[in-house]
Amino acid sequence: MTNSSGGAEKLSSSAGSIVFDADVLVLGGGPAGTWAAISAARHGARVVLADKGFCGTSGATAAAGTSVWYVDPAPERREAAMASREKLGGYLQDRRWMARVLDRTYVQSNQLADWGYPYPADDDGKPQRNSLQGPEYMRLMRKRTKQAGVTILDHSPALELLVDGSGVVAGAAGLRRQKGDRWVVNAKAVVIATGGCAFLSKTLGSNVLTGDGYLLAAEAGAEFTSMEFSNAYAISPAFGSVTKTLFYSWASFTDQRGSVIPGASSKGGRSVIARALRQGPVYAQLDQADAETQRHMRASQPNFFLPFDRTGIDPFAQRFPITLRLEGTVRGTGGLRIVDDSCATTVPGLYAAGDAATRELICGGFTGGGSHNAAWAMSSGYWAGEGAAEFARQLGTTIGRQAFRRGTVGLHDRSGPPLHGGALARSVQDEVFPYELNYFREAGRLGDSLRRLDGLWSEASRADAPDDQELLRGREAAAMLATARWMYRSALARQESRGMHRRDDYPEPDDRYLHLVTTGGLDDVWTSTRPLASAHYSEAAE
Amino acid sequence: MIEVIDTERCTACDICVNVCPTNVFDKTDGIPVIARQGDCQTCFLCELYCPEDALFVSPFAEAPQAVDVAALKEAAVLGSYRRAVGWTDENRHLRAADRSYRLFGH
Ligand SMILES: Cc1cc2nc3c(=O)[nH]c(=O)nc-3n(C[C@H](O)[C@H](O)[C@H](O)COP(=O)(O)OP(=O)(O)OC[C@H]3O[C@@H](n4cnc5c(N)ncnc54)[C@H](O)[C@@H]3O)c2cc1C
Ligand code: SF4
Ligand code: SF4
Repeated sequence: MTNSSGGAEKLSSSAGSIVFDADVLVLGGGPAGTWAAISAARHGARVVLADKGFCGTSGATAAAGTSVWYVDPAPERREAAMASREKLGGYLQDRRWMARVLDRTYVQSNQLADWGYPYPADDDGKPQRNSLQGPEYMRLMRKRTKQAGVTILDHSPALELLVDGSGVVAGAAGLRRQKGDRWVVNAKAVVIATGGCAFLSKTLGSNVLTGDGYLLAAEAGAEFTSMEFSNAYAISPAFGSVTKTLFYSWASFTDQRGSVIPGASSKGGRSVIARALRQGPVYAQLDQADAETQRHMRASQPNFFLPFDRTGIDPFAQRFPITLRLEGTVRGTGGLRIVDDSCATTVPGLYAAGDAATRELICGGFTGGGSHNAAWAMSSGYWAGEGAAEFARQLGTTIGRQAFRRGTVGLHDRSGPPLHGGALARSVQDEVFPYELNYFREAGRLGDSLRRLDGLWSEASRADAPDDQELLRGREAAAMLATARWMYRSALARQESRGMHRRDDYPEPDDRYLHLVTTGGLDDVWTSTRPLASAHYSEAAE
Repeated sequence: MIEVIDTERCTACDICVNVCPTNVFDKTDGIPVIARQGDCQTCFLCELYCPEDALFVSPFAEAPQAVDVAALKEAAVLGSYRRAVGWTDENRHLRAADRSYRLFGH
C-alpha cells in the first residue's frame, strides 16, 4: 500500500465548515456521477453528491450532448458494433467489457425513456435511442437524483480525499464557493466521477474538467492506465467553443488562398489539418450537406449553429476559419485504473466512473467520443454506485473512525511560497496544446517537455494557496500538471503508433506493445506494463 | 463569452447564478452581475435556463465583444437557443426533434 496515513493531519471540523455523514459520496454530477448516485441510493445507501459547478449543467455532456453506443441486442448487431472499433482501438479492448457495457447501456437508455426522456421516433414509429440532448438529459438526471433522496451540493468542488488509518477511503473535503465556507463528507465509500481533463481549452462545457479527481485519487495512492491515449483534438470554429466534429464529415477544408488541402478530413485526416494549421489558417465549409441533411443537422444539434448564426456566417455556403482544441482525456480514453466489475480502483473504498475512469476496456487506444464515452458513463456510473453501496454495507459501522486528509499541493499550512493557479495553468497549456508536442509525439520533444513539467511540479508541490479562491485554481492547475506528466511518461513508454497515440519516431504499430501502460505517482511518476485485460481475466479465471 | 444581462427583462431570480458551471455571476440585492467574465466557457447554458430571455452569450470564446443589446432584441436573438431546443411553451415539440440517427454512419 502506498497510501499509509503517515504524516497526515488529523481531521477536525472547525468553524466555517459544514459536515455530512454518508454511506456513499459521489464526486461529480455529470452522467456518470448522477447514475452512480441513483444506483447507490437504490441499493440502500445514504448518498451525498458534490459537484464543482451545478449538477445538471456542469460537465461535457450537459453542454454538448452525446451520441450513445446504444445497439439492439440482436447478436449480429452486437458483434458488428464490437468488431467495428477493434482495429481503430489497436486491439486493446476487452470484449467481455464491451458486451457488458452494451447490455447495461441498453437497459439504462430504456430506463431514460420510461422516465420521460423525449427520444425521437423514426418514420416507421420506431424509437431512436442513440443520441441524447445534453441539457435535456442532464436536467432529467438532476431531477431523478433528487427524487432518489440524494443530497446534492452544488458549487462545491472537492479538494482532497480523506482516508482512515488503514488507507481505506473515508470521505472528502472541499469548498462551497458560493457560500464562502468548506464542506466535509465522512463516507464509507467514494465514487470519483469528476470527468476527464481538457486543460481549460474552452472545449464545449469542459472548463470544469481539469483532472481534479485524478489528483485527489493519486494522493490516496490510485493508479492510472492508458494515459498515453489522451491527445484528442476536436474541430471548432477558430473563434468559438463548439467542438463538434461529426458535422465536419460534410466539410471541405481549404487554405488561406482557397485551395483544397489534400487529405484533410474530420475522420482519418485530422492530422493533415493539424499540420496545415501550423503553416497558416485553415477554413472549413459544410458544402457537402444537401438540403435534407442540413435540415436534420439543425434539428439535431442547435448549439452547433450558435457560433454561425450569431456571427452571420452560413456554414453551408461560406468558409470560416477553424482550429483544433485539445480535449485531452475527455475524448481520450485514459483514466483511473479499474480493477473489477464494480469499477473499484486500486484504493479500497474508492470507485471510478465515466471519463475519470479508463475507457480502454471498451475503446482500446482510440477516442471514446462519438458514443462509447456516453455508454461508459451510464454503465460505469451504475456499477460504481452499486459497488460503493455494497462496500459501505460490508464496512458496517464506522463510529470513532479517524479520517486523515490526503491533499498535498496547495493544502499545507499557507507558509510556502504562493501558488498561482492561473500562471501555472498557462505553463501547463504551453506543454500540452502545441500539436508538435502532443498530437505528433517524439522522444526528444516529449523528454524536454517532461523536464519542464517536472520542474513545475517541484515548485508547485512546495507552494501554498494564499486564499480559497486561489486554492481552487491552484488545485485545478496542479491536477492539469499531474495529468500532463502521466500522459507524457506513458507516451514515452509506448514506442509505437497505436490508436490515437502517434509517434513520429515510431510511426507503425509494434506487436511488442500489445499491452497496457499503467502510471501513477506525484513527486516521482512511474510507469509499468500490464497484459491486456482479456488475458488478465482469463488468467484469473483459471 | 457572456456579454449581457438585460436589466429591462431580468427579474433577479438568480437562476443564472446557480446554473453557471464556472461561477461567472454574483448575486446582488437586485440584478446579478457578471463578476468573472474571463471564467466564462461559452457553454450557452445560462442563456438556456434564463426564463426571461435576458441573457446573451456571444459566440466568441476567447475575448469580450461589444454588443448592441437593442439590435439583439430587435432581431429576437435573445432566447433563440431556448426556442431552438424547445424549452419554451410554443416550441415544446422540438425537444424530440433530434434527427441524429439520420446523420450517423456518414
Ligand atoms: C463537445 C463534446 C462532444 C461530445 N460528444 C460525445 C458523443 O457524441 N458521444 C460520446 O460518447 N461522448 C461524447 N463526448 C464525451 C462525453 O461528453 C463525456 O464522456 C461524458 O460527459 C462523461 O461523463 P462524466 O459524467 O464522466 O463527466 P462530465 O459530464 O464531464 O461531468 C463531470 C462532472 O464533474 C464535476 N467536477 C469536476 N471536478 C470536480 C471537483 N473537484 N469536485 C466536484 N465535482 C467536480 C464537473 O463539474 C462535472 O459536472 C463529448 C464531449 C465533448 C466535450
Ligand atoms: S436567470 Fe435571467 S431573469 Fe433570472 S437573474 Fe439571471 S438574467 Fe435575470
Ligand atoms: S455561457 Fe456558460 S460559462 Fe458562460 S456565463 Fe453562461 S453558463 Fe456561465
